[in-house]
Parts: sequence; structure tokens; C-alpha cells
Amino acid sequence: MGDGDVTGTMLDPDLLRSTLAAAMATGGEFAEVFVEDRRSTSAVLDDGRIEELSSGRDRGAGIRVVAGETTGFAHTADLSPTGLRAAAEAASAAAASGGGGVREVALDGPSGPDPAVVRLLPADVPKARKVALLERADEAARAADGAVSQVTARYGDSQRRIQVANSEGLLTGDRQVRTLFSVSCVASGDTGLQTGRESVGHTVGFELFDDVDVDEVARRAAGRALTKLEAVPAPSGEMPVVVGPGGGGVLFHEACGHGLEADLVAKSASVFAGRRGEVVAAPTVSLVDDGTMAGEWGRFAIDDEGRPAQRNVLIEDGVLVDYMWDRLRAVKEGRPGSGNGRRQGYRFLPMVRMTNTYLEAGTDDPADIVAGTDHGVYVAQLGGGQVNTATGDFVFGMTEAYLIEDGRLTAPIRDGNLIGNGPEALMAIDAIADDFAMGSPGTCGKDGQGVPVGDGTPTLRVARLTVGGTAA
Amino acid sequence: MAASGGSNGSPDEAALLAVAERVVGLAGPGEQVEAVVVHERETEVRAYEGQVESLTSAESYGIGVRVVRDGRQGFAHAGTLEGDVAAEVLAEARDNVAFATADEHCAVAEPDGAPFADLDLYRPELVAHPTADKVAVALELERLVQASDPRISGVESAEYGDSVAVGAVATTTGIRATSRETGCFLSAYALAEQDGETQTGFGFSLGRAPGDLDVEAVAADAAERSTRMLGATKPESGRMTVVLDPWVSAQFLGIVAGTLSGEAVQKGRSMFADRLGDAVAAPLLTLVDDPTDPEATSATAADGEGLATRRNVLVADGRLERFVHNSETARRAGTASTGSAVRGYSSTPGVGARAVKVAPGPLGPSELIASIDDGLLVQGVSGLHSGVNPVSGDFSTGAEGLRIRGGELAEPVREFTIASTIQKMLQDLAAVGDDVQWLPMRAAGVTLVVGELTVSGR
Repeated sequence: MGDGDVTGTMLDPDLLRSTLAAAMATGGEFAEVFVEDRRSTSAVLDDGRIEELSSGRDRGAGIRVVAGETTGFAHTADLSPTGLRAAAEAASAAAASGGGGVREVALDGPSGPDPAVVRLLPADVPKARKVALLERADEAARAADGAVSQVTARYGDSQRRIQVANSEGLLTGDRQVRTLFSVSCVASGDTGLQTGRESVGHTVGFELFDDVDVDEVARRAAGRALTKLEAVPAPSGEMPVVVGPGGGGVLFHEACGHGLEADLVAKSASVFAGRRGEVVAAPTVSLVDDGTMAGEWGRFAIDDEGRPAQRNVLIEDGVLVDYMWDRLRAVKEGRPGSGNGRRQGYRFLPMVRMTNTYLEAGTDDPADIVAGTDHGVYVAQLGGGQVNTATGDFVFGMTEAYLIEDGRLTAPIRDGNLIGNGPEALMAIDAIADDFAMGSPGTCGKDGQGVPVGDGTPTLRVARLTVGGTAA
Repeated sequence: MAASGGSNGSPDEAALLAVAERVVGLAGPGEQVEAVVVHERETEVRAYEGQVESLTSAESYGIGVRVVRDGRQGFAHAGTLEGDVAAEVLAEARDNVAFATADEHCAVAEPDGAPFADLDLYRPELVAHPTADKVAVALELERLVQASDPRISGVESAEYGDSVAVGAVATTTGIRATSRETGCFLSAYALAEQDGETQTGFGFSLGRAPGDLDVEAVAADAAERSTRMLGATKPESGRMTVVLDPWVSAQFLGIVAGTLSGEAVQKGRSMFADRLGDAVAAPLLTLVDDPTDPEATSATAADGEGLATRRNVLVADGRLERFVHNSETARRAGTASTGSAVRGYSSTPGVGARAVKVAPGPLGPSELIASIDDGLLVQGVSGLHSGVNPVSGDFSTGAEGLRIRGGELAEPVREFTIASTIQKMLQDLAAVGDDVQWLPMRAAGVTLVVGELTVSGR
């Protein structure tokens, strides 16, 4: 399959039509065919060696049928008429409604926003150029300091072409190209081993490296590991926490992002259920989820149900405006979706997922926020996080952090988690700076599916979170 | 379809092995080739409010091919066996070879003569189990959770899932290994509500055939774990004796086992690299990795390179006995593979313990709790991926559980962390329970008592 046809006809409209008809042969209100063709390249350098270059190909279709409260789903890697018919019949049988009969589906012409323009498709770049980036990063990291004892550098690119057709006549498609580069370092010293990591990823092609200097990525990773050789144990207990620019996105992703996903809300498995229109955060907090942000890691033209990406205001001036929606939940509520129906791949059902989630900039000076903090913790880089949406309790890791003593950053501290409660933490945000930045590319896991997400924040302070260290 | 045979139109081991052998047969002079081919059939049923929320029937294929020439390897994989994919994957892997750095230890595994365990991991009754019965048990599970306690306000998920997995590995060095196994599970996630406060709890049961599953126990566990958390408050910060329940200890022991991989050791990423023979844990800890134990969820007779798995004692009476190896890390270390190559079809072989189990202690969980005057039982942790650094050993996770006072379980507590280092936790182990149980992880769970952890709360 060539790349000339960016969206349009991965599968012939006639074949999609007949597959949809087969999917609805025993009834059902809705059927959908999701076709995906994904190619990926990854290369890893570890221990001074390019260990391997790896190429991947995955292609198939997922077919779902909704009948009453039941969704039937089947997928196949066989895109022949026979393979698609078998999957359609399996999905139809799974939905298992009675009655019905053959239903004709008329597909509209291909529609929807154009895919992002990619200047340099990774497939058009010689493999040697990709591998050379790794060697440069390895050299740069090791050159940072003799205490850098190990370096792992990873390059990854993927091209994901999708096509969505459904029984409502929708026929649309997208091409999503992502490129990622990361470096992890180990530093060895008297205090043992320490780690540092930096990653850069965007929904763009190989032109990523026009703007990203891999030497700098490597030096930042090495710097983090080296700094932590001097780290003291993290403190233990409740205190003010200042989060640096870019890093805080993970905090919002966990503190409220997941809790604003309509599927969890509908099951009353979110502390934010039934709270639209209420004050849920400090009045300076405005939170947005935006799948249209050019180049960002969670960007796409259409979601995995064929709906165009859009900008959704979730919290405005502290008031909960709206949740995020996929088709299933939106239809039940009799409202439009929000472009948040996503899936890891054709083998999975779509569900409500975030895209690029960010806190809008405030007006405080970041230096003043630190200076105004008597005793606390400054987190420069966050690790991942996790939330129990029903209780609101969430954690996130700190992988580069410092003590704040008398309004100044002092000693680096060792890795650990922070814990808080979403609704309480949102109300306890007492400073937001004007230095907005997007954070590192992330993979959000939910119900066994991982999807790429972006996030961003300016510097901010939460008046009280629990830091989970070991020091008194 | 390139592979055929078996019942229900699914390929059997011989059919997958034939695909792998065809790829291996295309090796050129001076070339080593390894092909891994897998097939999986899965069913998943979710019940919600008395209805089937979703029913998924899935069938997947995968092929991964590794080519090694002059100490360089290239790899490629595809999620299908359609058409000429196997040959295309081989060509792509071959094209990738030139970009790797030459390494004298890089090669596909050689047969080592170790005998394969005779494991019976396949249950035809699961394959024949009617979909209607799978639907019925998911609905029954949801109903039981809902009915188990008036404080249960909802069931976020009630699910039945099963899989039938077949795999084959072939190499130009003469390795031929196949596997097939069935597995199924029930899981429930309950919501309990009282005075406007919601708490959650899960229940889980797994087996090789539907008859192994205990729907009543799953419902009772989910209800018990959620309702007993009602009224939970944030505990005071301090150091105390902590009891890890089996779900928590299995995750901890899995992380510990990860630090004992030959790869982590050779690449300077293990805190135990220079500690063979040392007392790295309290003497009451004996840790064994044994994928040949048919009770283990991750049991398998062949590892990811097609070598026989075997029983490896990692820690004996607190003393570090060995690291685990695949064929490459073994060559680098001048030793033999321990049959510990782990991988999916989409990656080259890594190294890891896959079925870790502690030797049980003499006392059960209730006796252990009765022996603690002032402590904490942790029933769930969160943020292990972000709060545990397996290289430095720093350990800090979110937690929820129950206080222990005067040898009895007391009030529930939540929104706190437990922290230490992996090194110190192993030395601080005060007791191992008698309740070793296999969970869907690479380590079995058991009640563990840690003499001192830092609790961060109020």
C-alpha cells in the first residue's frame, strides 16, 4: 500500500458498505468498521552498542455493532471480503439482538479534516540517519561527566493510517505520523546508582530533528542522573509543592483528567460525577483538552470513531464546564461527541480518552512562587501517575525534584511519589505562573489500552500535597 | 491464511511451527535466523446493570523474525500472517542487520539439551466452553457483587475473559519449541457508598478452565475490599510495621526479581550486581523462579528463545544465589542460559524471572496480624511505575489499607504513601506468611511483614 493516498480509500467503499450490511444483518442500531495500517521503526542503543533496528507492521480491522445496551466487537487481520464478513458476523452475533434484517448502508463521500502535513516522512529517511542520532546522543551523554556509567538511547517513529466507516454514512480517514527520541542515563557514585531521563516526541515526521538537538536531550538526561548523586532522601508528610513549567500536566491528567471522562462519570466511578456547573477548582484554574494542537503528541485530525478533533474547555475559572465524550456516551446523553473516542489499535474498542490536556497560563512570576514558599518541594520533572477516579486519590512520581527552604531551591531529592486527592488538590492551587510550556510525550494507560497523550502547564503551586519520602 | 489446522479453524502448534520453519529455511549462508509465531483467540464479556455491556471475540496472529550475521542482529515483526508477510518480515529484518553494532555475544540460542518440563497448560473444555455460559457467569458475577452488601452502590466492571494461545519458535541452530495454553479469569471492581463517600475494591479469580473460577469468592472479595474502606481517613505520618497483602507483595517481589536479570547486572543497572553470595535479605527469605510449576500463571516449558525453562533459586535464606540469563547474557557472563528469555513476538528476547515464588513461612495472615501491636495492613498500592526506581532502589508508592491495633484490624486509612528502599525492605522483612498464591503477575503473592516502613500521611 503506497503513501500517495493519504486518507480516502484504504478499503474500497463498496467493501465497507457490504461489511456494514453484514454487521447489521441481525439487527442493531449502529455498526462501524475501523481499519488501521500501522508501520513502525524503532532503534535502541544500550551499553555503547546499537542493539538492533526493528521494523513493525500491523494491519487489520475492528468491527463493532451496538444493539440496545450491548456492544459486539470482533477484529481481523484478514482484510479480504471473506475475512471482513467473518468479523462482521462475529460482531453481529456478539451483539446478539433479535429480529432485524438486511439493512442498506449508504456511505457519504470521504469527509473530515485533512491529516497533518508531514514534511519528512520517516519512511523516506535512510535508516542510517536514524541510527546516527543514537550514537551522537550516547557520546554527548558520556561526555557530560565521567560518572555517567550507562546510556540507553531510543529512536521511534510510527505511521498510522486509519479509516472509519459507519452505518450513519460516515466515511473518513486520517494519517498520523509520530516521531520520538529518548535518552536514559545511569550515574554511579558513592551514594549508589541514580537515573535520569529525557524524551522528546511530536506528531510530526523526521523534521522533528530540525528543532530538536539530540545532544541536548542527552545532556539533560545525564544532568538529571548526575544531580541525583547528591540527592537527599525525600521528605515525608504534607507540604506545599511547586511544579515546574511543562511538568505539571501529569498532575492534572491524574488529579481530574481521568475523572472527567464520561464513561467513568456515567458509572458514578468518578468524584466529579454530577458536578457540572459547580466550582471544582481554585478560581484561577482553567483546564483544556485539545486534540487539534499542531505537532503535539496527542494530536490527530479525527478520533478513532471518525469525529474531528476539537478543543474542549473542561474547567473554566474553577467551574466544571464539561466532561470528555466518546460516541457511545454522547448518544446516550443526546449530545454531540467531543472528539475523545480513541483506541490503541484496531484490536480494541474505543473509549473516552484525553488528547493534549493543559492548564492555561496565569499571571504569577515563577520566581515569586518559589520565593514565597517557606518550606516545601519543587518538582522539575514528574514521572507517571495513577488515580482512583472513584475516590479521587491520585499519585504522581517525581524524577527531578528539590527541597525548597526559606524560599530557595536547595538540595536535590531522591525519587518518590506524591499523593493527593483530586478535588482537594484542585482547590488548593494557590499560584499559577505565566511561563506555560508543554511537557514530555506520554502514554496514557486505561483499561489495558495505551494511547499517546500530551500535557502542559505553567509553574504552579499546590498549597498542600503529601510527599512520600522517608525523611522526617 | 498461511497457517491452518487444529479445531475450530484455529492453527495448532504444528501449523505455526511449519510457518516458523519455512522462514528459517530461507536463511542465507552465514546467516542465523530465529522465527517466533503466535496465535491467540480471546473472548471478553463485560456485564453492567444486568446487561451485556460488551462482548469481544478476538483472534490475533503475530510473527517476529530475528536475523544475525557477523554478530549483528536485525529484527522485524508483523501482526498478521496474511499473504507473503512472513517473507516480507524476514526481508525487513535482514535489511536491518547492517545498522547494529557487531557484538561477539550476539547470536540466536543453541540447543542446550536441557529437558522440557511436561506441563499440561491446555484445557480443551475451555475451547469448547459456550459463549452463552461466559455471558451468564459475567452477569452472575455482577449480580452477586451488587447483592453482597447494601452499601454496594455500583459495579464499575464485572468481567469474564479467556484466551487460547499457541506459539512456536524455530532457529537455524536447530531449536524447535512449541507451546499451547488456555487461561481464563473473572474480575469485579465494586463501588461502595456511605454518607456520600465512595470506596472501591476488586475481586479476581483465574484458572486454566472455567471450572477453576470461583464467582462467589470474586464477588465477596470485591465487596469486602470496598466496604471495609468506607470511612477511611488519612493516617498520621511515621515509621511503623507494615503488612503487605498478597496482591501488594506480588508486585514488590516482581520488582525485586527484575533487579536480578543478567541484563540489568551486565549493563550496570542492578543494585545487586556485585552482591552474589551476600546476605541481601533477612534470612527468612527464599526466592525461587520456577516457570515449570504448572500452578504458576506464567508457567511455560519453553522460554522466549525456545530453550527449556528450569527452576532457579535466586535467594536462599537471605543469600543472593544467582542472576537469570538468556543465551546472550549467559555468553557474556561465561555461563549457561537459565532459560529466562522473555519476549512477545514484537521484540527481541529480553531477560527476566517469570514465575517467582517465596518459600512460605509457618504462620497464616491472621496469626501474623495478631502478633502486631501497632501497624498497618496495606491492601492496595498505586503508582508503582512512577514511585519505584529499580536502579537506585528508591521505593515510594501510594497505598490504602487498615490500621492494626492490638493484634486486630482496626480503622481504614487511605491517601498515604509507604516508602523505603528495595535494599532496606529486603533486610527489614520480619515474617513470610503461609498463604502463597499465584496471581496474574510474574511473582506469586504472600502475606509479608516488613518491620519498618515510612508512612507519609497527615
